[in-house]
Amino acid sequence: MTDAPRTTSLSTPPPAGTPQRPPMGRLARAWDSDLIWSFRHSPLAMGAGGVTAFFMLIALFAPWIAPQNAFDPASLNLMDGFLEPMTRGAAGNLHVMGTDNQGRDLLSAILFGSRVSIIVGFLSVAFSLLLGVSLGLIAGFVGGRTDAIIMRIADIQLSFPAILIALLVFGIVRGFIHPSQHEQWALGVLIVAIGLANWARYARTVRGSTMVEKNKEYVQAARVMGRSSFAIMREHVLPNVMGPILVIATINLALAIIEEATLSFLGVGVPPTQPSLGTLIRIGQQFLFSGEWWILMFPGLALVLLALAINLLGDWLRDALNPKLK
Amino acid sequence: MIAYLLRSLVQAAIVLLAVALLAFSMFRFVGDPIANLAGQEATQADREELRKHLGLEDSILVQFGRFVGGAVRGEFGISYKQGRKVSDLLAERLPATLELALLSTILATGVGIAFGVYTAIRRDGILANAIMVISLVGVSLPTFIIGIGLIYLFAVELKWLPSYGRGDVTSFGWWTTGLLTESGRRSLVLPVLTLGFFQLTLIMRLVRSEMLEVLRTDFIKFARARGIDERKINFRHALRNTLIPVVTIAGLQLGGVIAFAIVTESVFQWPGLGALFVQAVQFVDIPVMAAYLMFVALIFVITNLIVDLLYFVLDPRLRSDRPEAGR
Repeated sequence: MTDAPRTTSLSTPPPAGTPQRPPMGRLARAWDSDLIWSFRHSPLAMGAGGVTAFFMLIALFAPWIAPQNAFDPASLNLMDGFLEPMTRGAAGNLHVMGTDNQGRDLLSAILFGSRVSIIVGFLSVAFSLLLGVSLGLIAGFVGGRTDAIIMRIADIQLSFPAILIALLVFGIVRGFIHPSQHEQWALGVLIVAIGLANWARYARTVRGSTMVEKNKEYVQAARVMGRSSFAIMREHVLPNVMGPILVIATINLALAIIEEATLSFLGVGVPPTQPSLGTLIRIGQQFLFSGEWWILMFPGLALVLLALAINLLGDWLRDALNPKLK
Repeated sequence: MIAYLLRSLVQAAIVLLAVALLAFSMFRFVGDPIANLAGQEATQADREELRKHLGLEDSILVQFGRFVGGAVRGEFGISYKQGRKVSDLLAERLPATLELALLSTILATGVGIAFGVYTAIRRDGILANAIMVISLVGVSLPTFIIGIGLIYLFAVELKWLPSYGRGDVTSFGWWTTGLLTESGRRSLVLPVLTLGFFQLTLIMRLVRSEMLEVLRTDFIKFARARGIDERKINFRHALRNTLIPVVTIAGLQLGGVIAFAIVTESVFQWPGLGALFVQAVQFVDIPVMAAYLMFVALIFVITNLIVDLLYFVLDPRLRSDRPEAGR
């Protein structure tokens, strides 16, 4: 993966007349690589990849493909509340998955909700990646007391369930924000809370590989050339310890999406005006006993499918990148 | 032995002190305790008096010392939201959570070991494979989805079991239990299943992989060669050797079970500590959050200590007085 940019810088510009060759060649080479080969030969991975890609696409294009803007209170019509799937609302528009208590079209709500879930998932993974990889690099590279302190914190954090830590961070961060601004900052607080709950695993992995890398000759060479510790960490060690991180990040994406859904389900996540999948399930649970099953069922199915697909993809990636299994 | 025990105790104390520092900083620096306790109508003089009464004028170190002293006695001040002593709130809700967590752990360990042994012995059986697939799905599903699914099936569709609350409870002094009444027992079923499910899959997978490993070793082959009954090999020889890691994991998971109870209790409106904590987070009720944090840390440290001691009992190598020489 890290090879790609290097090959471009080394390859000579293509002679005139064959402008399409080099990119085609690289595509073909990628198509032939072990990773893609393993992907093409695992129906489970292809299915999971397909479902994941599908959710990413609908999340990306939700505002354009959804029949209704689910986040715009003005577009909701209370008269359309509790409509069963495949019925028409007052305006004559078809609600394929029915509506919730406020007359929100469920299909649109799920499209927008997946968007929120996936955005929160990606950003919180990015946040914990940044934090975990930096701390792991520093711990492994500097060593000594710094290393001991960082790793001890990581140990303690890892023995508490992520959901507890996320809840705690959520509560603390909210304590610093004025109550009138809670809704406005809810998404940011959520991303920080989930991100802070998951950095330790990256730190541990990166620290391990950094300790191996820092004794290799290329690092010593960089030192002799007089480069600063920061430059060595960032430009030389970092690219070489990122491999296993990809797998953890994929599995963590599924975890982050589930954590976001759990927090929203508990009523401490995103504000109800911007429902994520977890919020929709929370709303749906209230109407489970009165027979409006669809309000719960469709968001629940969407969440299960999404989490399962990303999990399977992560499992496959772990096996495919594991040299011991080849 | 004494040195080993002492080291474990000192480590436990350090962890608790670190968590106490975190809880104290939350208490002291997040939001303004005076504004939260005094209310809107309090005059400036009232606030000053409260400030003095709470001892917020002393140095930080003295305040921290007082916080730790209070924590040792189980005192965490007054809840911002409910205006009652946090210790009373916790004591009231502790039995509900402990009952739920202990029953789930028992269920998860018992059924988990049984399923683990079964799937390891009948590796290619249809039932064993079905169990493995279900466990895989169970690992990827969020707890609250499992809880809602159980409610939908057993409470809404079949109408067999209640879906919220503890039912009738019997109290003995400060302890309350739902085990002695019909409705209490029926109310326990779904929450215990929900909370135990994740633990169960974990223990089952652990026992299965450990069993598969042990069954390949020489002493099992030798036992087979001696013509010992297959059942005896599986249970007396193989299972016993898988139990050390299982005890560790099951013990260490108890803290996790109590934290997972946050979600389960919210799904089933179970009047326990987890539901209290979620409310506290919603209203930024710092004293309750701090107390819950200390409680979880305490459980975590105690289970760790017990597991350390169990190791000592289960693993004879640790008992030798020559450190590291026995390996």
